[in-house]
Amino acid sequence: MDLYEHMGKDLFRAHAIPTPRGVVADSADAAATATEQLGGSAVVKVQVQVGGRGKGGGVALCRSPAEAAEAAARMLATDFKGHRVTRVLVEELLPIAREFYTSVLLDRTSGEYLWMLTAEGGMDIETLARDRPDALRRVRVNPALDLRAWHIRGLVSALPLEAREGAADVLRKMWTLLTELDATLLEINPLVQLEDGSVVALDAKVTIDDNALFRHPDIEALQDQFPVDPVEKRAKDADLQYVKLDGDVGIIGNGAGLVMSTLDVVAQAGAKAANFLDIGGGASAEKMATSLEVILSDPAVRCVFINIFGGITRCDVVANGILEALRHIDATVPLVVRLDGTNAAEGRQILADAAHPRIVPVATMDAAAAEAARLAKEAAA
Amino acid sequence: MSVLVGQQTKLLVQGITGSEGTFHTLRNRAYGTDVVAGVTPGKAGQDVEGIPVFDTVADAVRATAANTSMIFVPPRFASEAILEAADAGVSLVVCITEGIPVKDMAAVHAFLAGTSTTLVGPNCPGVISPGVANVGIIPGEVCAPGRVGFVSRSGTLVYQIVHELTTAGIGQSTCIGMGGDPVHGVGFIESLRLFEADADTDLIIMTGEIGGDDEERAAAYIAERVSKPVVAYIAGFEAPPGKRMGHAGAIVTGSSGTAAAKAEALEAAGVTVGRTPSQVATIVAERLSG
Repeated sequence: MDLYEHMGKDLFRAHAIPTPRGVVADSADAAATATEQLGGSAVVKVQVQVGGRGKGGGVALCRSPAEAAEAAARMLATDFKGHRVTRVLVEELLPIAREFYTSVLLDRTSGEYLWMLTAEGGMDIETLARDRPDALRRVRVNPALDLRAWHIRGLVSALPLEAREGAADVLRKMWTLLTELDATLLEINPLVQLEDGSVVALDAKVTIDDNALFRHPDIEALQDQFPVDPVEKRAKDADLQYVKLDGDVGIIGNGAGLVMSTLDVVAQAGAKAANFLDIGGGASAEKMATSLEVILSDPAVRCVFINIFGGITRCDVVANGILEALRHIDATVPLVVRLDGTNAAEGRQILADAAHPRIVPVATMDAAAAEAARLAKEAAA
Repeated sequence: MSVLVGQQTKLLVQGITGSEGTFHTLRNRAYGTDVVAGVTPGKAGQDVEGIPVFDTVADAVRATAANTSMIFVPPRFASEAILEAADAGVSLVVCITEGIPVKDMAAVHAFLAGTSTTLVGPNCPGVISPGVANVGIIPGEVCAPGRVGFVSRSGTLVYQIVHELTTAGIGQSTCIGMGGDPVHGVGFIESLRLFEADADTDLIIMTGEIGGDDEERAAAYIAERVSKPVVAYIAGFEAPPGKRMGHAGAIVTGSSGTAAAKAEALEAAGVTVGRTPSQVATIVAERLSG
């Protein structure tokens, strides 16, 4: 779960990591008022769950409340990299002396935490890591050891002497936050030293492990503030993984790998998928009905491809689920169905016996993808 | 011969009395796996269709000499179940459970480094050596005994591709569902090492998917250490690009994580990459007859 910057900063403040004073605003007027409160000038930052805000025009330095209102109005009126914008963060301008970068994340290769820090913040960090790897300190923290003094020393020795103590304090507090809250990523870009010598987190990227949310109900509750597409919400409530895409063949499959593979095979057959939908294990009639409703609510869909390989999932249950769903939903497009695996023969028989006018049973994945592509083209013509 | 599971497997099941645990334990036994024990705290002395249940893994190992554990324990207790099995000296642990917090798995990973226990999973469908033993939830009917080693990150893709192979008359020595969690046990490289050393494996198939850099690292390993032919499949060429928060992930892997980047890395290492599951079976058939 990726948190908005302002949520991450709330967590930072709760862990005594210094951050600028800031106010969340959901309108141009609120941004202007916030700027006044902060002394007449401010930085206005778009709040989205995606990076690259600085380069993408998502951060504005404003010298007056009127400028802040203008910037906020512009940000709130448009999507940012495809993400809906419902709020901006208005923060005080601080006298910055130097900019650094630090991040800590769980490294999937080693199963250890990997901490990175550079004194050269503010520039393109990925380019720096590639072109001058020595400029980026990397320290591994074995979870069995916990964070030790030498880890901190190894990191902050990359910084100017007068910034080390303040940075070390921030790093220790980051570690506490990381481990207490099951974070898999903390990134501060930039971490700055002010003219008075203090070290402050100007940014906060925080990712919390979805699997650990049961331990953090207060963080899980923050999800209620994320803008949601009503169709995606419907799918999520039914425990379906659904992502809208821009093609015209609706896809239902079981298992993320098989669904991804289905999108690829459909593309090779010359069509484009309208969505990604993983129905998961044990596809019941209810789940199938919700899946079909979700997909058919997309007006771009000209045909649906249901691709099931039964492991735990039984194909006879899936077949009955499709028929049951079609009793409640008026399917206006053809459904190409491919069933294989556990109880495939029974499932295919059930569909054959029903002889539903909208159902097109096909034996193999390749042939089914070709048929779905053909039907979508035919409907488009 | 086969890798990880085989004739020598004496299986114990942690979480045997739960509905999933019982169902798959009995399916594994019906397939021919030697299931010797189950563990459910507080249920010692009971049995599941004749399989004795113990309170602890150590008790089960002492009484039955079990050497492999399969875990069906709920996510919040599963990491502890892995640690218990390793602490009792079980040499192979296959964890089916999905949804374990990654911090818990990082702690498990650090502990296992100092033991001789091998972990497969978590969040995986298990391991099957067709015709010999099945430890997990891979449907045995889709497999056939043979000489192709197979390892996959995705569960349902194991079924799909094995089905294509079996339909084409190509049997498998062992199929490993390694699971897709960020911190996991046996991965591509360990699987490749096992298959390379296995006298009864002639060709290796690996199937990956978008995200991370496991496939890229496997490609580097293949170029240096694997002499047997390797055929690969990568899912997710058409998948929507994942949203990305920070820069840290990309700095660590140096990879974009896309299917195209993975396929390119594998092809550069001399691996043939099939574009569809059925094409994988076709390529394998050609390589085996050629």
